[in-house]
Amino acid sequence: MTTHAIPCQVVTAVQRRRQLHEKLFELLALCSVAAALFVLLALLASVFAQGLTRIDWQFLTGFPSRFANKAGVFAALVGSLYLMLLTAIIAIPCGVGAAIYLEEYARKTRLTRLIELNIANLAGVPSIIYGMLGLQVFVRVAGFDRSLIAGALTLALLILPVIIISAREALRSVPVSIRDASLALGATRWQTIRDHVLPMAMPSIMTGCILGLSRAIGETAPLITMGALTYVAFVPDSIFSPFTVLPIQTYNWLSRPQEAFHENAAAAIVLLLGLLLLMNAAAIFLRQYFEARYRR
Amino acid sequence: MLVLAFEAFSFFEEVSIVDFFTDSQWTPLFSDKHFGIAPLLVGTLLTSGIALVVALPFGLLIAIYLTEFASPRLRSILKPMLEILAGIPTVVFGYFALVFVTPILQMLIPSLEPFNALSPGLVMGLMILPMVASLSEDALYTVPRSLRDAAYALGATRLQMVFSVLVPAAMGGVTASFILAMSRAIGETMIVAIAAGQQPVLTGNPLSPVETMTAFIVQVSLGDTPHGTLEYKTIFAVAAALFLMTLFLNNISLRIRERFERAYV
Repeated sequence: MTTHAIPCQVVTAVQRRRQLHEKLFELLALCSVAAALFVLLALLASVFAQGLTRIDWQFLTGFPSRFANKAGVFAALVGSLYLMLLTAIIAIPCGVGAAIYLEEYARKTRLTRLIELNIANLAGVPSIIYGMLGLQVFVRVAGFDRSLIAGALTLALLILPVIIISAREALRSVPVSIRDASLALGATRWQTIRDHVLPMAMPSIMTGCILGLSRAIGETAPLITMGALTYVAFVPDSIFSPFTVLPIQTYNWLSRPQEAFHENAAAAIVLLLGLLLLMNAAAIFLRQYFEARYRR
Repeated sequence: MLVLAFEAFSFFEEVSIVDFFTDSQWTPLFSDKHFGIAPLLVGTLLTSGIALVVALPFGLLIAIYLTEFASPRLRSILKPMLEILAGIPTVVFGYFALVFVTPILQMLIPSLEPFNALSPGLVMGLMILPMVASLSEDALYTVPRSLRDAAYALGATRLQMVFSVLVPAAMGGVTASFILAMSRAIGETMIVAIAAGQQPVLTGNPLSPVETMTAFIVQVSLGDTPHGTLEYKTIFAVAAALFLMTLFLNNISLRIRERFERAYV
């Protein structure tokens, strides 16, 4: 038996070339990651550079104005907060309820399979389509007009799939042994869910809900198509009153040609990002609180 | 869905469906009305096309890097940052495209108009990048360890393993993520409404203003169009077309993903 010895130099040359390729590829990949993050940084920097100086007490408490330096975001800020509160009140019980039903009660039939497929599909529908739906169903047919409640219902529909999907995953991660133990001790199904399954799944459910809500707070398109106003010089006083929100106010200022209004838009964006940050912080806090309480 | 179907249907009672698809002009708001969806469709495809050209290669590259090359520590830093990018509201991206990206591009390409398809397309690519990256990453993780080990045992370098074994094996999941990204780009509204302009011109030139289907809906909604008029119905017809397109894409993506997961689980 003869063996063909490969000259040493050839091997090392090939190896070296391969190693070089690998290094080059790694560098390329690292550069693309860095580029994406750099753009993110540029985005934040440009927003803060333009917007931060514009935020003062007058901007926070003022109402929209024809003059850029007198305009404020009070109506939009309050509108955003009210809208979030209402959306949460509508979407969270519905979403978590649906998840509990699908995960704990429903049998695997054709119907539940169809519902699952639908939920997955709904999650991918462009948000502007939800706006059209809201316009027709809540604004026209239900007669809510362009009010807070119509906006909240539209947004609730929009984030329901997100909440349902994440809540189902949370429920699924609770071990079956917990359920079996509780049922074996004579607890009813509802007692098992209320006292054992839900508390254990709570941190993840909360995270999912807040994720959904932070998507809702940044949504502009569905509210514009639904017909939320762009010029609101008052604070909404009931759930049936017209409203505006921060993203819409931002869009409105952006669509004006004057530079000064763009500065206002940047300032509104800073506030919006601040709210988002606050919500994410709340998510982390709630998660830790519930984990400390139930997972000793 | 019924709502959409109903309103779109009453639109087609007044405008023939043939005109809708073949007329090359879209001027429902002028007195000389034409209802050809082609300009809006081309505008939509142009901006989404640019976005995909940015997001697909970079997304896949980032996914490969995160699964195969990055150290766990680097991963734990990079992933949350990409998630931040994914969580930024689209109106903010719109601001970025109009106020930051367009002026820079104008310095590079002097013939670029203030409203154009290029800048929102690029920014939209940035927006869908995290989605492509994280879904492709999931797909790469699904590929069994044994396949990697087999490739290494045959003497493949990491790079050879990635491109001759890992990526082909994960192709199903990666394709699914690409298609989902396409559907996201088509349905994206605020970036194009802010930075692409609102002129429904049938053009393939990324330097000139275009109007997408979503931007048209926003334009009509901002004006006070009375309920029941033809203009009011046009937005439902456009929305129905948009809905069908995204539904079609999402379903294909879902199918591919299911088949892909069944192959390995």
